[in-house]
Amino acid sequence: MNLKNFKIDLKNKKRLIPQVLTISFIIFVIAYFSYNAQINMGNRGISFGYGFLSQEASFDITFSMIDYDGSYSYGRAFLVGLLNTLLVSIIGIILCTVLGVTIGIGRLSQNYLIAKAAEWYVEIFRNIPLLLQIFFWYYGALRLLPLPENAISFSDISYLTIKGWYVPKFIWTNFSIFLSSVVVSIFAIFYVFNYAKKQREEIGKHVPAGFISLGIIIILPMITFLVGGVSLNFQYPELNQLSDTVYNFKGGVSIIPELISLALALSMYTATFVAENVRAGIEGVGKGQKEAAASIGLTRGQILKLVVMPQALRIIIPPTTNQYLNLTKNSSLAAAIAYPDIVLVFAGTALMQTGRAIEIISITMGTYLFLSLTISVLMNSYNKKMAIKEK
Amino acid sequence: MIRIYKPNRDNLNTSLSIGLPIIALAFIDFFGNTFLNTNLTGFLPNSLSYFFPLIAGALGLYFIRIEYSGIRILDNFNKNVNSTTFNAVLTLLIIFIFFKYTPPLLNWLIFDADFVGSAKEDCTSGGACWVFVKVWFKRFMYGMYPNPEQWRINTAFFILFVLIGAAFFVPPKYKKYIILFMLFIYPIIGIKLISGGIFGLKWIETGAWGGLSLTLIVSAFALILCFPIGMFLALGRRSELPAIKYSSIGFIEIWRGVPLITVLFMSAVMFPMFLPDGTYMDKLMRVVIAITLFEAAYMAEVIRGGLQALPRGQYDAAKSLGMGYWRLHLLVILPQALKLVIPGIANTFLALVKDTPLIFVVGLLELAGMIGLAKTNPKWLGMAIEGYVFAGLVFWVICYAMSRYSQRLEKKLSTER
Repeated sequence: MNLKNFKIDLKNKKRLIPQVLTISFIIFVIAYFSYNAQINMGNRGISFGYGFLSQEASFDITFSMIDYDGSYSYGRAFLVGLLNTLLVSIIGIILCTVLGVTIGIGRLSQNYLIAKAAEWYVEIFRNIPLLLQIFFWYYGALRLLPLPENAISFSDISYLTIKGWYVPKFIWTNFSIFLSSVVVSIFAIFYVFNYAKKQREEIGKHVPAGFISLGIIIILPMITFLVGGVSLNFQYPELNQLSDTVYNFKGGVSIIPELISLALALSMYTATFVAENVRAGIEGVGKGQKEAAASIGLTRGQILKLVVMPQALRIIIPPTTNQYLNLTKNSSLAAAIAYPDIVLVFAGTALMQTGRAIEIISITMGTYLFLSLTISVLMNSYNKKMAIKEK
Repeated sequence: MIRIYKPNRDNLNTSLSIGLPIIALAFIDFFGNTFLNTNLTGFLPNSLSYFFPLIAGALGLYFIRIEYSGIRILDNFNKNVNSTTFNAVLTLLIIFIFFKYTPPLLNWLIFDADFVGSAKEDCTSGGACWVFVKVWFKRFMYGMYPNPEQWRINTAFFILFVLIGAAFFVPPKYKKYIILFMLFIYPIIGIKLISGGIFGLKWIETGAWGGLSLTLIVSAFALILCFPIGMFLALGRRSELPAIKYSSIGFIEIWRGVPLITVLFMSAVMFPMFLPDGTYMDKLMRVVIAITLFEAAYMAEVIRGGLQALPRGQYDAAKSLGMGYWRLHLLVILPQALKLVIPGIANTFLALVKDTPLIFVVGLLELAGMIGLAKTNPKWLGMAIEGYVFAGLVFWVICYAMSRYSQRLEKKLSTER
């Protein structure tokens, strides 16, 4: 023991005692819980361990993006659940951004009716529990859709029915060539933007980077269609008669009603918060900024693009990322309507079958924790980069 | 058009006499289509006829868009809803959508709805079947709580409302005591009244509780408990003592990183494993603890925001008066910090109320859960929309009232001039 440090600590008894008390309390709680858990598991004849992940799961999942059936392992089931969670979160994030930005700008409209309509949208959807909204869409609104034989058809390409939304399936040949062309064009666009920035800062020359990159992302993949042997066919859903009165759609991709109602409810609910962030961000840009920009002769579009948005985004992005995280966490409500997300598949079915409460709940919580902390860390570094550097 | 004719002050009368009839024509066509089922513009091609009200309306609005016309109503109208062609189209769209969809909605909700009767068969008129809500009303409010004992819940909530009312109207001198009573003594009285087991009241286990009363009980207890815990966590996170600081950070970040539903799962299936064999903790109590700890982490972050926003001078001034850590925080820092973050605190409370339906995962059925149960009753199939609209309305009223009150409180306590 380092005696010198010890003496200093003794001098600061006031600082030491509360810390020792806190730490010993935490250690005591953990020790007490794990002692009990050990005894309880011993009584039930189960031992702690994650080995069950490689055992055969032997239950089916209604909706999966990767190959899965009962013969796969619990680990694979976990992966299916995780992918489904990510799928609904990503759809929700895209929709809620579009809706939220529209409504947030609408709330600032000079048009009285638009502003009021946007305000009421926010007041209504923000104050109703998300779970109720999910239930409303799933048990209420989507159950009013017609049976397959009377499906609502969108120009005979996709069909909306009570059993889900049937859309054409993409059948690619040489998909990898197409994908690599997209990747290449994304890198090319990065280069164009960097080059444009350099030109602007060094020579003051304006390079129309937006148009060039639009051209790249359209033309390069097009070339692969013409010369690279890439082709895309669609498999359309078709109505099939199973018996006298029972019809069903075959072919295409079926988007299950659980996914639709979950994505709708999540995005409509979260959009209210995004809208408020957008409004606060745009309002947060000082009036003087806009006036100054106008007085040096910028047009309205330029003011928005060059002066208002860069400053507003700095205010908008951090709380909006938080909302994206909330949306991802809220997607766990999927369990209530049996959309097979990570909570339903893993903390529901798998837990019921194996009885391994501690392992399964810890994996589930750990997954969400990992997602949240990763995004928080990224967010903090972004904030540091974007923070106004005062001179 | 823009080059040829520009409506301005000089041709005011001409513009108005061209514009107003066109607008009137657009609206007559629209209303004829919507309410009278007649298509006045049927002679036009299909799509043109469909969009005629919009096109004609936009054209008419263009003609009456006159700057400084000198007519006050017109100027206000142009400024608020008709400043550009884009705005004019949006205005028309909103008006048309409103008139097209509001009547059917009101018909479904009220005019075509059924209010009398006692079974699903009494709902014949095609609108909403509010009979469903009427018949199940007691279940929606009290859950499975036995009918003859429901006066106990009523009494408990009645006393609570009297106390809240009293807190508003008594002189400020006594207000403090009423609030303290409400926060520390009344919850115990209320819970004993509802659960029973003493004074000859029948014991009613928490599994039978449910409906809106359970929503309110869970939210109220979690609200009262999460606030002090959140405050300590916030102070802990800003503490200079590393052990306390990092354990607070760890606690807050872990709870904030996971969804509430997994926390409730944990309290249901994992927590019993952590207790000594044979001990049993009530399900409702476990749920309240789980929600409390979860919301406390969010509350801590809100309060920390307030603490960070206070200028350094407040700390220095209080220290120079010789105040210790606790006196400094309780008398100087926290009152100011909390006032700064009233909106955040209100949002956390609102989130808590909106999160209570999640307790269905442990088998407790509050309002939304009871509706889920009622709609699967074979006699009442197909009543989901009515049920969820009703529950949505109830929650909306509660949450909207709370958010309005917080805005008022913020204004009242604001000391900035």
